[in-house]
Amino acid sequence: MPLSDFQVVIGLEVHAQLLTRSKIFCGCSTAFGAQPNAHTCPVCLGLPGVLPSLNRRVVEFAVRTGLALGCTVKKKSIWARKNYFYPDLPKGYQISQYELPVCEGGSVPFALEGKERTVRLTRIHMEEDAGKNLHDVSPDGSSGVDLNRAGVPLLEIVSEPDIRSVDEAIEYLKSLRAILVYLGVNDGNLEEGSFRCDANVSVMRKGAAAFGTRCEIKNMNSFRFLRQAVEYEARRQVEIVEPGGKVLQETRLFDPARGETRSMRSKEEAHDYRYFPEPDLPPLVVDDALVEEIRRTLPELPRARAARYQRELGLSAYDAGLLTADKAVAEFFDSTLSYHGKGPEAAKRVANWLNGEVAKLANETGLEAGAWKLTPERLAAILDLVGSGTIGGPGAKAVLDEVFRSGADPGEVVERRGLAQVSDEGAIEAAVDRVLAANASEVEKYRGGRKNLIGFFVGQVMKETRGKAHPGVVNALLQKKLGG
Amino acid sequence: MTPRAESPLDLTIQELGRRLAAKELSSVEVTGAALRRIEATDGKLGAFLRVMPEEARAAAKASDARRARGDALSPLDGVPVGLKDIFLTEGVETTCGSRILEGFVPPYDATVVERLRAAGAVVVGKLNMDEFAMGSSNENSAFKPCHNPWDLARTPGGSSGGSAAAVAARQVFGALGTDTGGSIREPAAFCGVVGVKPTYGRVSRYGVIAFASSLDQVGPLGRSVWDAAVQLRHVAGHDPRDMTSSTRPVPDYLEGLEGGANGLRIGVPREWFQGGVEAGVEKVVRGALATYERLGAKLVEVSLPHSRYGVAAYYLLAPAEASSNLARYDGVRFGLRARDAKGLREMYGETRERGFGPEPKRRIMLGTYALSAGYYDAYYLRAQKVRTLIRRDFDRAFEACDVVAGPVAPTVAFKLGEKVDDPLQMYLADIFTITCNLAALPGLSVPAGLHPEERLPVGLQLLGRPFDEATLFRAARALEREIGALPAPAGI
Amino acid sequence: MALSLEEVRRIAALARLRLTPEDERTFAVQLSAILDYVKQLEELDVSQVEPMTHALAAGEAATLREDEARPSLEPEEALRNAPEREGTCFKVPRIIE
Repeated sequence: MPLSDFQVVIGLEVHAQLLTRSKIFCGCSTAFGAQPNAHTCPVCLGLPGVLPSLNRRVVEFAVRTGLALGCTVKKKSIWARKNYFYPDLPKGYQISQYELPVCEGGSVPFALEGKERTVRLTRIHMEEDAGKNLHDVSPDGSSGVDLNRAGVPLLEIVSEPDIRSVDEAIEYLKSLRAILVYLGVNDGNLEEGSFRCDANVSVMRKGAAAFGTRCEIKNMNSFRFLRQAVEYEARRQVEIVEPGGKVLQETRLFDPARGETRSMRSKEEAHDYRYFPEPDLPPLVVDDALVEEIRRTLPELPRARAARYQRELGLSAYDAGLLTADKAVAEFFDSTLSYHGKGPEAAKRVANWLNGEVAKLANETGLEAGAWKLTPERLAAILDLVGSGTIGGPGAKAVLDEVFRSGADPGEVVERRGLAQVSDEGAIEAAVDRVLAANASEVEKYRGGRKNLIGFFVGQVMKETRGKAHPGVVNALLQKKLGG
Repeated sequence: MTPRAESPLDLTIQELGRRLAAKELSSVEVTGAALRRIEATDGKLGAFLRVMPEEARAAAKASDARRARGDALSPLDGVPVGLKDIFLTEGVETTCGSRILEGFVPPYDATVVERLRAAGAVVVGKLNMDEFAMGSSNENSAFKPCHNPWDLARTPGGSSGGSAAAVAARQVFGALGTDTGGSIREPAAFCGVVGVKPTYGRVSRYGVIAFASSLDQVGPLGRSVWDAAVQLRHVAGHDPRDMTSSTRPVPDYLEGLEGGANGLRIGVPREWFQGGVEAGVEKVVRGALATYERLGAKLVEVSLPHSRYGVAAYYLLAPAEASSNLARYDGVRFGLRARDAKGLREMYGETRERGFGPEPKRRIMLGTYALSAGYYDAYYLRAQKVRTLIRRDFDRAFEACDVVAGPVAPTVAFKLGEKVDDPLQMYLADIFTITCNLAALPGLSVPAGLHPEERLPVGLQLLGRPFDEATLFRAARALEREIGALPAPAGI
Repeated sequence: MALSLEEVRRIAALARLRLTPEDERTFAVQLSAILDYVKQLEELDVSQVEPMTHALAAGEAATLREDEARPSLEPEEALRNAPEREGTCFKVPRIIE
């Protein structure tokens, strides 16, 4: 298959909306979901006479991100105008950064098939988002323009073309996304468009010295679509290049309905953006004091946290990885430990529950950790009840389910629903005796060698006790009375 | 010593302030007189694009009420002023002299408009200008030309032509204009009034329709140096909405105004007196310099070797910035839209074709070219570097002098229609004013006398160190005190 | 330095100006004359000169804006000058991606 003679080369550009309260150049709210043009002002509407006023938090978030990713934070960077005409671009230019961005270099670490990898970054810069074009707003087919999003701050994070497969691309993106969420600068939402990704894709013959011509692919708003788009594009390019053709450098849109990329017809002429330094904003100076202040407030990042869990708590790489993928879950884990107890055994128990039953409930209800009615204290309480023998496994699952959905107190649930196990040997012994008496032939068979009947006896005792007998005690008593 | 004026409209702001304070005049009276004068003269003069009689009368009434309570806000309280139609005025149509903004009603006031209102000034109307501030004669106004009150067959200069004409013709007492390459100083010189371009960053540009962002500045025009100084004092100062505005405190420009010119070192650039100025104009300018010497100033020859490249650098940089600033006029959110267009691309193209006059189109084309791929380094970037060279010339000159003096324009006001056919000729007339904007320095024009034959005003240009408007005012006042005021213009 | 009609058309397209054929010819002549004039800047040696990209000297400007949401315009105010609207959107001819 010709594809195997070729190597796909991928570079990724991520546009991440920043979690600031106000827009980058004006005080309008960045909150999502308002009626069209309800969050606009003369500045973000691009009215005559307006000027940009830079939001300090955007710069802080950019520096934070740059430090977390190991970039060089530039002491001086310049704003630039990128000029083009489009209805969602009110000024007819976007204020961005071009020749001198705020951060250069850096890298994103991730794991692929158990191996630690990094992809280098070229740069990170700040810019403003455009508004939204709405299609078919009236019967005559006209389009509508909503400028609520115009001026929302973006970080553009550009990777070097170091990525060599779609799997790598996806792991890179997941890791980058987790880091941005940990930093509190972005909410990581691919579907809603607050974390967007464009891919630069080219192909080259394996062993060739130079990269092939690349195309930029846009409009992939899920990892599934990204995979489809890049695989399609790589195949498309190989089919051109293999028989000796040349790939045309262009921007292509992914069409999710067809699973294909297509040329953007509306951009017939190559864009000449006529970049020049933005005269309305002075050069941005980020002094050492600010950098150090931000460096001091950097949180523990996902990979470091996972490493720490392995080192200090003895968790497996797999468990640690699962727990730290979501910052809120990792924090929930830490908090639960503070109630339930430290040490590897406690950690393993909590990890199992969080990655197991709790994760199942979270998936089922679609709730993020921040929205759970289950609190760390309550999870710890459930585990303590199991540890003390008050409830068994099935009982604990039932309690967790109710607490997760309603926020009830675990102890109260156990009592109200009579879920407490019976551990009193005397009571259980009476039940065991009744079962053995009622099933004499099975007792014979067991003593005769059918050891697998132990399950039957346990089941019968559990029936007798309406599920409340402590399984451990039941087993011990049966073994004693059945002998052997 | 001010003689008793025939009409209150002949008073300066300074004199009017005294009469208002002494309750000899009321703002309602003066504003009424101004509105009547405008009605009687503006048909011929063409200084106003829009008069605001109701708003003005209401503001005048409020001013008198404040004064009666003893709460006068400033020396500008109750004084009728005009605003170049480049300043956004909330609820009042603002066109920037262009059809593309016909009917545009802003939802906010420019910062300088807020400040003037806060000082109690009475805004009488919006003044005529070259479209998007592009021009030196007000002939590029999309609506109507403006005439020079000294001779209605001549231009008042531009782009703040309406501002200079209205002040000179005693329709208003003061006005705000903008200056990007000379657009306050040249009309001030042509109309015989004082016009000031402050240091870049001294006055907020928020709410001022942008032409060339790194060159535009807001400045006052008045019939005396005091009048210009008092207006600047009330509009200057940092504005958090303008990140290019300076945080330096604003001195009281009225203090030290009478300090005189004794000991002042005046730099005279040799390149500016090498034959590029009409003989009569040069005579008046040299006369003013001789007056300064009599007053105890010292003339020092300085050299600005790169100033001759100023027009070339300017006519790459300003159009480049303008081509970007004017991209927002696309018919989508405000202003003119070509509704008969089929499709978006056609809508853009038709809207801008119909909405812009020839000069904005020309500069947009030039600017787009200078920024486009392959040409950026040779044109835009090179012009930015030449800008640095021009600034360095001035830094060196200011080691030997306190102000630089010279002509404002090569000629007196020229006739309407004289230069419209050759844009380059029009551009070359900016030769003396342009370097001040490029170097980001303050500059002003003060009347130096009348042309010996033409009997038209000639202005003397003074340029200063960054943020040293105080020295400029002091120097200009010394000349004004010595030579006296010009007579009132005879044309209207 | 003669600007061809083709160049004029390219620039006009970039600037979204639908020039009349007469304007195209006039601008070709006028712009060529201006570009010829500005050619004199090539006489200067600017190899060691920094561009003056910003007119305000360093240190004059203020600190940055605090991140607080401020009231926006009401949609009706935002749309007040809209040439055409649909609901609270600006209406434009169909946008084709």
